[in-house]
Amino acid sequence: MGDLIRGNAIRAEGDTEMLSLEAFLAGNDKAQAVWLDADEEVESIADYLSEIPAVGLNFPAFSDGRPYSGAAILRRHYHFAGEVRAIGDIRVDQLEQMVRCGFNAFHLADGQNSDRALEKLRGFSFSYQQTVDREPLFRKRA
Amino acid sequence: MYVYDEYDQQMVDERVVQYRDQTNRFLAGELPAEEFQHLRLRNGLYIQRLAPMLRIAVPYGMLSTRQLRKLAHITRHYDRGYAHFTTRQNIQLNWPKLEEVPDILEELATVEMHAIQTSGNCIRNVTSDQYAGVARDEIEDSRPWAELIRQWSTFHPEFNWLPRKFKIAVTGAEGDRAAVQVHDIGVRILREDGQTRFEVLAGGGLGRTPVIGPVIRRYLEPKHLLTYLEAILRVYNRYGRRDNKYKARIKILVRAMTPEVFAEKVEEEWATLKDGPATLIQEEIDRVRQHFTTPPYETLDDHVPEVDDLLTDNSGFNNWVKQNIKPHKQPGYVIVNLAMKQTGIAPGDVTDEQLEIIADLADEYSFGEVRVTHEQNVTLADVPKKSLHALWSRLVDADLASPNLGLLTDIICCPGGDYCSLANAKSIPVAEAIQRQFEDLDYLHDLGELAVNISGCMNACGHHHVGNIGILGVDKKGREFYQVSIGGSGHEDASLAKILGPSFAQKEVPLVIQKLVDVHLEHREGEERFIDTYRRLGIEPYKEAVYASWEI
Repeated sequence: MGDLIRGNAIRAEGDTEMLSLEAFLAGNDKAQAVWLDADEEVESIADYLSEIPAVGLNFPAFSDGRPYSGAAILRRHYHFAGEVRAIGDIRVDQLEQMVRCGFNAFHLADGQNSDRALEKLRGFSFSYQQTVDREPLFRKRA
Repeated sequence: MYVYDEYDQQMVDERVVQYRDQTNRFLAGELPAEEFQHLRLRNGLYIQRLAPMLRIAVPYGMLSTRQLRKLAHITRHYDRGYAHFTTRQNIQLNWPKLEEVPDILEELATVEMHAIQTSGNCIRNVTSDQYAGVARDEIEDSRPWAELIRQWSTFHPEFNWLPRKFKIAVTGAEGDRAAVQVHDIGVRILREDGQTRFEVLAGGGLGRTPVIGPVIRRYLEPKHLLTYLEAILRVYNRYGRRDNKYKARIKILVRAMTPEVFAEKVEEEWATLKDGPATLIQEEIDRVRQHFTTPPYETLDDHVPEVDDLLTDNSGFNNWVKQNIKPHKQPGYVIVNLAMKQTGIAPGDVTDEQLEIIADLADEYSFGEVRVTHEQNVTLADVPKKSLHALWSRLVDADLASPNLGLLTDIICCPGGDYCSLANAKSIPVAEAIQRQFEDLDYLHDLGELAVNISGCMNACGHHHVGNIGILGVDKKGREFYQVSIGGSGHEDASLAKILGPSFAQKEVPLVIQKLVDVHLEHREGEERFIDTYRRLGIEPYKEAVYASWEI
């Protein structure tokens, strides 16, 4: 795996252990970081979000867009305030979309350039849509 | 038409920089080809059989003359002096150089154009009625809503990596010229107690599995349009199939869940978004609407005797007026269509010079705007009736006065095997052979409205499923064959064409069409259209006529 990007900086690898959904649901301690695969629904951890410090959402392939919806639901519907980490096949050109959906940590795929990743966190100056940190552009125009 | 403000312009400018960086990194070997493929497709760049192909977005078909002239310049400077109007109101260049595409985009950005999301598994260019704002059967101008959808779908961070491509069409008229029933989402504007409301269809489409889209919501309030679309897209993004590209379109999901259950799921998702910050505000609706006001029409008489005289005297002019002119809501004005279907020229192709001539004529006669139609033609929407003859004469000189709009030779046709690497068979030569078979104009006019659609493969870019006669190129052990179907319509009476039987060799196709037409002429009642005769008779007589003489 490549580097972990968090808080606009490159971090050392492997700092937070994340449980699989199955292990997380089986355990008693819910104050644990958990990762979900692309076909696992964020609704399944909804009851524990106040305790969970970090949620990992896995991209089985960079072209699989399901985790974007997962992140958007965690932030916008459940108002989850912890870390939402992109894991799996994470490529630098998609980081700006991930940021706008609510991801704030990124475990890059092998071979991705971490310095480039820091540049790519910043995307377009505006967003037509509502995103995690912005209202839709039309509200700014009004 | 819509004019960019500083935000729109900056987004498009930033996109050019972003894409240039991606291209440079690909050329430097930093970005692997399989990754760059997805990125360039989201910018409309395909790698084709002979060269790359660049698809440029024309939102709901609207073009200004400034944009037309820029396109003419681009085709001349970066390509081979011609471009191609597509079946989704866009424009394609057939011979751009991959390394020059960023420069092309930079030029396009200076006239408020781009190639954003014209391909790839994302929300594509939104399409609409080419007669929006001027049609007599209009309930409400669809363009402001199409523009609002365009902006909402542009760089939507959640929906850029969908299971498959996603196409949205909007219509605001009684007659459906936007084919909303065969889109992933179709939006119909209607009125309830004098108020604007939307009817939303989901899960229609052509391709391998053609489906007429079911209505999943009626009487949606305008302010909820974007949150409701967002809910549909989210359900699709989460649950659409990703294991098989042929089962990945939303129509498969809607069908598998049933439209009722799908609609419930969307309502559930919508409940979390409804009335949130993405709810449209009146200021924004008004801001966008003020870009689509009526042009400064003159007060004119609808009856123009000098034109009537010319119609009697000049059969060429008469034929063109009869076929290519449509009624306008403003007295004294008409809608003029240029059929880009000259025999011997690939349907939808246009030269750089023609683009400039169209621009000049639009400036002179139609308030400086044109529309591209999904039939691959061009519309001048606001022409004074009194100028018709002058305009026609100029069009004749420029080979732009084909009087065959909506007739058998106004063939809708994808680029096919001559250009496209997806194609199983060529389509352009088939179109030409049919046009040559039916050269007699009086015969064509007598035959009346008849839509022929040709696709070179199952992807159905030529919309063969909704052709009155549909032709599909198929590959049989490395040889090109053509499957013929009949009875399709992409309009308000939408229906899917039925396959006639075993497929034909290329040279047989014109004769097959002739036999189908003969059946029609033999059985039609009065001025009955081909499609209506077919609906009355059923497929059997056509089948019999075509296959009786073949030994099968």
